[in-house]
Amino acid sequence: MATRFRPVGAAATSSAAADSDSGQIAASVRGLTKRFGERVILDELNLDIRAGEFVAMIGRSGSGKSTLLRVLAGLDRSLSGSMTVAEPVAVAFQEPRLVPWKRVLANVTLGLRDPAQEQVATAALAEVGLAEQISAWPLTLSGGEAQRVSLARALVRSPSLLLLDEPFSALDALTRMSMHRLVLRLWARHRPAVLLVTHDVDEALALADRVLVLGSGRIAYSSTIDVERPRDRNHPELTELRNRLLSELGVPADATEAI
Amino acid sequence: MDRSVQRRNEVAVSVQVLSRSATGDAPARANPAGGRARRHRPAGGWLRLVSPVALIGLWQILSSTGVLPPSRLVSPASIARTAYTLVVTNSPTYGTLQKSLLISAERWAIGLSIGITVAVLLAVVSGLSRFGEYALDPVVQALRSIPLLGLLPLFIVWFGIGELPKDLIVLLGALFPMYVNTFAGIRGVDPKLGELGQVLGLSKWELVRHVVLPGALPSALTGVRLSVIGSLLALVVGEQINANAGLGFMITTAQQFLQNNIIMVCLIVYAIIGLLADWGVRMVEGKALAWRRDFVQ
Repeated sequence: MATRFRPVGAAATSSAAADSDSGQIAASVRGLTKRFGERVILDELNLDIRAGEFVAMIGRSGSGKSTLLRVLAGLDRSLSGSMTVAEPVAVAFQEPRLVPWKRVLANVTLGLRDPAQEQVATAALAEVGLAEQISAWPLTLSGGEAQRVSLARALVRSPSLLLLDEPFSALDALTRMSMHRLVLRLWARHRPAVLLVTHDVDEALALADRVLVLGSGRIAYSSTIDVERPRDRNHPELTELRNRLLSELGVPADATEAI
Repeated sequence: MDRSVQRRNEVAVSVQVLSRSATGDAPARANPAGGRARRHRPAGGWLRLVSPVALIGLWQILSSTGVLPPSRLVSPASIARTAYTLVVTNSPTYGTLQKSLLISAERWAIGLSIGITVAVLLAVVSGLSRFGEYALDPVVQALRSIPLLGLLPLFIVWFGIGELPKDLIVLLGALFPMYVNTFAGIRGVDPKLGELGQVLGLSKWELVRHVVLPGALPSALTGVRLSVIGSLLALVVGEQINANAGLGFMITTAQQFLQNNIIMVCLIVYAIIGLLADWGVRMVEGKALAWRRDFVQ
């Protein structure tokens, strides 16, 4: 696993400690600060993600969770702090972002330079259950299919760190459940470190090893989840954690019961 | 309360089983491998001939019944006779219709192809860089608003009365619509796809080749259609002064001799060329833009 030190903004400092740990750490962020004018989005944020760890990050909208993900993806560099990220990094966005004029297979191989890319991509598409659709145009796919192509595209890059930016939020409940199972299966097989950004507490509880709550630009709360997968939604530990997370998010537990 | 939560979970469990047996969310589909685009391809381009032909039929009826007097508008049959005469006789004034057509077609082809090429190059430069935009776009936009007819006398002074000023006028007629549409197409490409390219590690050139240019293609092809028509109009203008052959020359000369029949023949030839060219571009669009959902039923 190649670790690349990626300085962020002007105040970046090299961290020798992070380099020596590179076998274990998929991403390490120190003192990350991001401002939009007066508003502080990320405030001296620190975060470590171990190799192979599945981390879910929840937060209210505007809490900066997507900003953090964009920073890790290398899409946002106008901030201060430092970070080390294990390459390669792959991203699945909230919208599948398929290139509409490329067929499904070409979407997955886009940017790959490996000569064996077609076989790898075909295998990845088979893995997400889309072997039949490799020559379909993206606009003919359903939302769930498109998102699975997006996952396949992320997977063929054999990422050390897989960033998922609310990739299931636009899907219907049924599709979302099958996507959860798919993600867990793929994660179990390929073992990338995953950072899943979501606003769905149940999604975080179903999938993650560790769940973080982002608030006021920092990690306001962090908890590991030791429940065996597949998880029963009503497992007492999960119920307790759910209430805790909801109160961290500022939603009283009984308010959700009434919905 | 408790019971309803319980029930919801039961539903969720049975749903999971269901969705697993149906392999996720994919609905059963007979031909999943891109068959949909083919199904929506427009049926028979000849259907587009129906309305022009009907219009000509109506015109003939109005002429035959005397509603449209020949002094105002000659009948389609009379125009057809004139066209036939122009084709079979080599008149000292006009030559033959096909020779005029050939000469006009040559000017048109030269001006159109160079105009489109130059426009695409300019649009790519100004579309892809701020610097290019500031350097090129204001100039092109300013030139765009100059009427070609007003430019012609200057062109004759600058470039003489040979083929060059005529080709240039056609070129300009093609250049501006092509430039404007291609530029808009490039700028209209979803910036989210640009981010995707960045995440996928595409080089600048790969991004242009795989994302920007194909993304600009629908708009650029609209530009081609407008250019085809724009250059055709420019051709008429260019051939009206100091030409001794070509369709525009025929019109100008026929005007002097009050030969409305010949003017009508030339105008109809223009219309047919326009229709054919548009059909050609549509064919290209059908092939190049197969990935688009067709909204027309």
